[in-house]
Amino acid sequence: MQPHQYVIIIGCGRLGSMLANQLSSLGSSVVVIDREESAFGNLSTEFSGFLVTGDAAELDVLRRARIDQADCLLAITQYDNVNLMVAQVAQTIFQVPKVIARVYHPEREGVYGQFGIETICPTRLSAEALLSAVGNQPEAKQS
Amino acid sequence: MRVILIGGGETIETIYFLSRLFARRGYRVTVVNPYPDEARMLSRQVKATVIAGDGSDPAVLEEAGARRADVVLSLTSQDPDNLVACQVAQRLYSVPRTMALVNDPDNEQIFRQLGITEVFSATRVIGSLIEEQTVFDEIVHLFPAAEGQLHVSELVLDEEAPAAGKSLAELAMPKDSLVAAIIRDGQVIVPRGQDRLQVADRLILIAVPENQEEIFCLLTGKGA
Repeated sequence: MQPHQYVIIIGCGRLGSMLANQLSSLGSSVVVIDREESAFGNLSTEFSGFLVTGDAAELDVLRRARIDQADCLLAITQYDNVNLMVAQVAQTIFQVPKVIARVYHPEREGVYGQFGIETICPTRLSAEALLSAVGNQPEAKQS
Repeated sequence: MRVILIGGGETIETIYFLSRLFARRGYRVTVVNPYPDEARMLSRQVKATVIAGDGSDPAVLEEAGARRADVVLSLTSQDPDNLVACQVAQRLYSVPRTMALVNDPDNEQIFRQLGITEVFSATRVIGSLIEEQTVFDEIVHLFPAAEGQLHVSELVLDEEAPAAGKSLAELAMPKDSLVAAIIRDGQVIVPRGQDRLQVADRLILIAVPENQEEIFCLLTGKGA
């Protein structure tokens, strides 16, 4: 990712805080949204971005994070449906150029992939990695 | 008609009464409830197929018969769950009508933009009922007359009423309407054209129903 981007991260859990710390140290402007103020404790002391406490499924909370100016939004709360809704709002209503939603449920990921929402599915990625680690790549089966 | 109802927890009462109502109308109802205890209880109480599961999970919706459903109605207390359940039903299973409850009224517009065919916000419905009530709280509908062709109603003029200080002749009341009586300080006056209305007058009106809104607006300055 290029530096000096304006990035909104929804969800400040382990993944969210790790991304926020790294993007912030690479020079991006980062806003992190989480419902629980205590979640921001996961951020490093060097983190120089902004924090918004609130439910990202509420329009006002996204507006407070100035979503209309964002270059990129990463929806990575632990709730698939919140991520999918926020990603669609960001993409369809605020025309954020780059939007990615984390979706744990592989079948749900498939549905939204078809409809132009970029998703990342940790369940599927882990399964693929594990399968390849045990020497059982799905691609190799066809030959 | 095949209907899938999704919800439970905070909305369990609504799910129960709706599934009972739909079953009485002869619809084939399937309820998807995330809580196994509630699902078990519902399956004993209503004539519906009850599935314990997450209504936004494609596999659960398929099990609920989404491929053949006419309507999917998602009524959970979480807006994102309602959105995704309806979108999955629509996109993956081509359900013709998807209806969602929105708990946050701001989401009403968003859900429509994201393709949900019918969206309703309980907050907004109740809010607008109260608003209507307060706009016209000075109006009492007394009774319909002549099989409903005429309505008799009563209203009070407050300080902001544009009609106060005017004579009936100046008011230009719409056709087929009449200020039949003015009640002022406990006295009943049957007015003529030159009689002037005052603040705190109670008016007895007779009008055809189509003109009522216009008259209320002309007299009180509110509504329309």
